[in-house]
Amino acid sequence: MGALGKPIILMVAMYAFLKFVLPNIPGSAPLPSSLIFLYLLLTAGGIFMFETVSGESKDAFWNPIQRFLTGENIGGLQALRYGVFILFPLLVGWQTYGSTAVSDLPPTESRTIHPAPPGEYTGLSNPVPKTPDNIMQGKGFYAAYCSPCHGGNFDGKGPAARGFIPAPANFADPTTIAMLQESYLFWRIKKGGVGLPIEGAPWKSAMPRWEVELPDEWIWKIILGEYDGAHQSPRTWE
Amino acid sequence: MRVIQQGVSMVQRALRAVGSHGEWLAGLLLMAGWLALPSVGIAAEGTTAGPTEYRDIPYVGSRNLVWIVAQLHLLLAGFVLGVPMFAWLCEVIAWRGGEKRYDKLAKEFTKLLTSAYSTTALFGGILLFLLVAFYPKLMNYLTDVFFPSFLLYCLLFLLETATLYLYWYGWDAMQDGRKKTLHVFLGFLLNFFALFIMIIPNAWATFQSSPVVLADGTAFERAWAATWNPTWWPINIHRLIANVVLGGYICGAYAGVRYLSVRSPEEREHYDWMGYVGNFIGVFGLLALPFAGYWLMREIYQYNQQMGITLMGGFLSWLFILQAMLIGVLFLGSNYYFWLGITYRIPGSEGKYRRAMLMMLVSLLLCLAVWMTPHSLVASIEEAQKMGGAHHPLLGVLGVMSAKMTVSNLMILITFMSFVMYWRAGKQDTAGWAKLAKAVMGAVLVLASLAVIVLGVWGYFVPAIVRINYFSTSQVLIVIFVILTITPLTALLLKSAKTTTEMVWGSMPPRAGYSLVLNAIMVILLMTLMGYARSSSRVHWHVYGVMRDTSPYAYSPALGSASFIMAFCTFSFCLIVAFIFWVATMGDKSKAAPGPGKGELPHGIPAMAGGAPEEQSQR
Repeated sequence: MGALGKPIILMVAMYAFLKFVLPNIPGSAPLPSSLIFLYLLLTAGGIFMFETVSGESKDAFWNPIQRFLTGENIGGLQALRYGVFILFPLLVGWQTYGSTAVSDLPPTESRTIHPAPPGEYTGLSNPVPKTPDNIMQGKGFYAAYCSPCHGGNFDGKGPAARGFIPAPANFADPTTIAMLQESYLFWRIKKGGVGLPIEGAPWKSAMPRWEVELPDEWIWKIILGEYDGAHQSPRTWE
Repeated sequence: MRVIQQGVSMVQRALRAVGSHGEWLAGLLLMAGWLALPSVGIAAEGTTAGPTEYRDIPYVGSRNLVWIVAQLHLLLAGFVLGVPMFAWLCEVIAWRGGEKRYDKLAKEFTKLLTSAYSTTALFGGILLFLLVAFYPKLMNYLTDVFFPSFLLYCLLFLLETATLYLYWYGWDAMQDGRKKTLHVFLGFLLNFFALFIMIIPNAWATFQSSPVVLADGTAFERAWAATWNPTWWPINIHRLIANVVLGGYICGAYAGVRYLSVRSPEEREHYDWMGYVGNFIGVFGLLALPFAGYWLMREIYQYNQQMGITLMGGFLSWLFILQAMLIGVLFLGSNYYFWLGITYRIPGSEGKYRRAMLMMLVSLLLCLAVWMTPHSLVASIEEAQKMGGAHHPLLGVLGVMSAKMTVSNLMILITFMSFVMYWRAGKQDTAGWAKLAKAVMGAVLVLASLAVIVLGVWGYFVPAIVRINYFSTSQVLIVIFVILTITPLTALLLKSAKTTTEMVWGSMPPRAGYSLVLNAIMVILLMTLMGYARSSSRVHWHVYGVMRDTSPYAYSPALGSASFIMAFCTFSFCLIVAFIFWVATMGDKSKAAPGPGKGELPHGIPAMAGGAPEEQSQR
């Protein structure tokens, strides 16, 4: 079992790191099981590849497994072998039951965060000039209408943010509005959560439909203010 | 199912009506009628007033059938257009360098090509019939736009077929002197026509995604404008490279299967070497493929933001996580094959390179982990609550393009270095400047890797357009620079190097053959996946923004249903290829088998199987 020891220790260490160490790094959070499974799968694949890259390492890795499963005169391991033969199918059965049994928990989600906008909202450019006055006005509108949720620092941590799941978008994160064109923001602000298309299901967005309260010009100004305040730039093609 | 149930209940009602005496007769008649229901379904729309827009078939559905046939045709066509490129290159190497084994290899590649060619044409014909039958309105429109190119395509097909026949059947007859030059020229022509045979249908397909429609002008002007649409050349380049990759890996898989089945040492050596060449060709193309893919996606995004978001951020974005997984397995499989080659073909090298292999493997896995980490994670309600949404606060940054581009470039660098390691294994430098050259190569590699990472991280802090236009392009140029610097330097070093351990062909373990097969399956799955992505990005349009899909199938299938069809296409393609290769090698087996009757067969082996002229000169 000597050559098997290292891979087993490595798998356990990787699991412990993903489950207990990584979530406790400042600014981090627990990983979903889908991600832990993915990383463990890669680790197992890597171990398998490395251990079978030569004849000697393959024999050192595989022979103890083969001997344990099929060999004779393995002494005290015989009981363990039967244990594995009994427990393994039970484990598979338990896993199968767990994944198919009726549960009162809501299903795991793969929500589309950025569904494609309708055709009429693609390629629009901001009609409001990017002047200091307009940016200032936009920030003013933002403070009045958006900051309760999206936060005064544009970081998604407004006073009302804790009441929402999923949390309001963090505009200071370079992976949110910096990836989008201004026309996309215009569509999302104007139409809100109820305006999301079918592919955006489940429609878990509490974003109000601002077109009923704000004129288009104000929305465009808010967009200017958002990008400036969050220190981001919209996606452009020039 | 509803149709079946209606049919059955109809039969039952009728049987009750006719009573017990006429039961069997009525039953037979009604059963015959029930079985003929599909034809009623097919013809149903044709009897309505006005021109027919769509036809359908029950149970399978017109869209699914067209999808499967189109995908199989594309896969076969990719193989048929990819193989001549490297078959011809092998022939040129043999012609200029005098190494006969390359000529034999080129001939073996061409044998596979000849057998696959007719099947490709067959599926193309079936696809055309199905399209005309199921989508008459769309086909009318496309014919109206592209009529001149249809004629050109037919002409090219005739030329390609004639050239292929001359190339294959003239192989043995054109071996010497000027005849060989003519044969090599035929190989060039074959590739020339093949290129145009690929790019003309690409114009039809890309027009559907990014149409350019002229209201006025002659038929030729309209066809030309429609052909030169924004995604035509990105697709042409992407498919050209992908065809080489597909062809290389399938030839590798063929060699892998043959390697596992042959017994004689000579054949084991030959198929081991062929497997190596197939894997090398696949990797060679794979190194360039991500660049072409990135360019294509950039053009799509620029052409239409909606389509770009549907693909990269919308409901199709999950396909790119699957794509990362498949490409990752392909990179791992190709590297694994190189490493197996070092340890098994070059005895005694394992100890020297094991540490380097471990470092490369760990780096590849880390890169793959980043590539496969989605921006929006699959999470339960509790998990999402703990993360504060679908994005992980720490790992969420790995989910965007800057990270993906960085790791894909690093994986290309690692794979390239894996090949260089294989190339250098078993050789000792003798040149006086070897130490300096190795220091330069090491410095170039380290600095390039650092530069790729720095640009990747910096990419988070600059506007998207700067990242896309300058940083990503610079990363690609840096990788190309490394390849163009290290390749000639290594070649120069090895020119004067002393061989310390001779390479032993035919000594690879069975798992090497299996890894070649796995690589081929991965690349086929990858092509079926991307075929679905490209088609689905048009959503409910036949021709994006111009002709709407008004059939009952104007919806995008869920990813689960789509993956079922992709898996079915992959499985079917593997079966077809296995059958073609089996037929292609039938002649060899009969020739190899002893017996009085077999010796007289060579002239009578069916020509279509691609086995006829094989080895006649060698017997």
